[in-house]
Amino acid sequence: MHELSVVEKILAVVLAHAVKHRVKRVLAIHLEVGELSDLEDRWLQHYFDHVSKGSRAEKARLVIVRMPARLQCGACGHDFSFATAAEQANACPRCSSTDCRLIAGQGYFIKHLEAL
Amino acid sequence: MEVDNLGGPIRLIEVKEEIFADNRKVAEALRGRLRKEKIFLLNLMASPGAGKTSLIVNTIAGLRSELRLGVIEADIDSMVDAEAVVKAGVPAVQLRTGGFCHVDASMVEMGLAGLNLQDLDLVILENVGNLVCPAEFDTGAHKNVMILSVPEGDDKPLKYPLMFSICDVLIVNKLDYLEFSDFDLEKMRERVRRLNPAIKIIPLSCRTGAGLEVWFDWLRLVSRKEA
Repeated sequence: MHELSVVEKILAVVLAHAVKHRVKRVLAIHLEVGELSDLEDRWLQHYFDHVSKGSRAEKARLVIVRMPARLQCGACGHDFSFATAAEQANACPRCSSTDCRLIAGQGYFIKHLEAL
Repeated sequence: MEVDNLGGPIRLIEVKEEIFADNRKVAEALRGRLRKEKIFLLNLMASPGAGKTSLIVNTIAGLRSELRLGVIEADIDSMVDAEAVVKAGVPAVQLRTGGFCHVDASMVEMGLAGLNLQDLDLVILENVGNLVCPAEFDTGAHKNVMILSVPEGDDKPLKYPLMFSICDVLIVNKLDYLEFSDFDLEKMRERVRRLNPAIKIIPLSCRTGAGLEVWFDWLRLVSRKEA
């Protein structure tokens, strides 16, 4: 059920662009999804199929690329990726400061559509 | 493919849009407005049963002589939490989300409209109980706080990384259960800090009161700074 609020937003953005570009039918939606999202591709597609029924985006395929999580060091500015599921605390690989903040790996970004 | 009969070549249409961009805009505007009105808004998130309402009731008891509190209770469909808060002596509004498992910024605006903001310093939003959807929606709050209770287990940061990554404070509640469980506080700390090195972690027990002063101190500090 958590997927529903996300796919509804995706559909709204897609349909707005479909109308603007006078698209008859949306075939595919290219999405970047942050690695930290708890939602699974299969269920996103399943819920999208449900909410898009009867619209120009019905049967559109979600093409999902997962975007890795990245941290930026507050001390030296270096940004780096890391294994999210590992056990040890993170430190900047360049200056070993632990004053780091997450700058990527969250959110849902629609890159482009394939349409007719 | 059945789409072939529509004819024409496949077009590529550039979108480049974050799907929550519109909510974020509403949230940013709300944050700015509240700052001007000197009201500090706190978004409190947790699983069902972690102790959100208990923490709020304890916070009211501990801070009501110093801070004027108000509460927005978001629930899928009930009034029980708002009733508990009103009984504790502060104004509360209940937002029934009608099946939605999160609260977004425009819903918070509706909730705030039900409170007399000029009489308040701090508004606590008790978000819907789950660790998934509320993490995705910016509510317009100045700070995000989550509760993880000991019986839920120390592996939750691995299962719900987004929630742990967006919070400013993690409260570890039901500390009095620690001796009955294999919850490893240090391991949990490391797991959380991988995602969110700046997070402040406050272990406490709403039942015994242990650690509550640390939470109150943090609230005093930020509500003064933000407002």
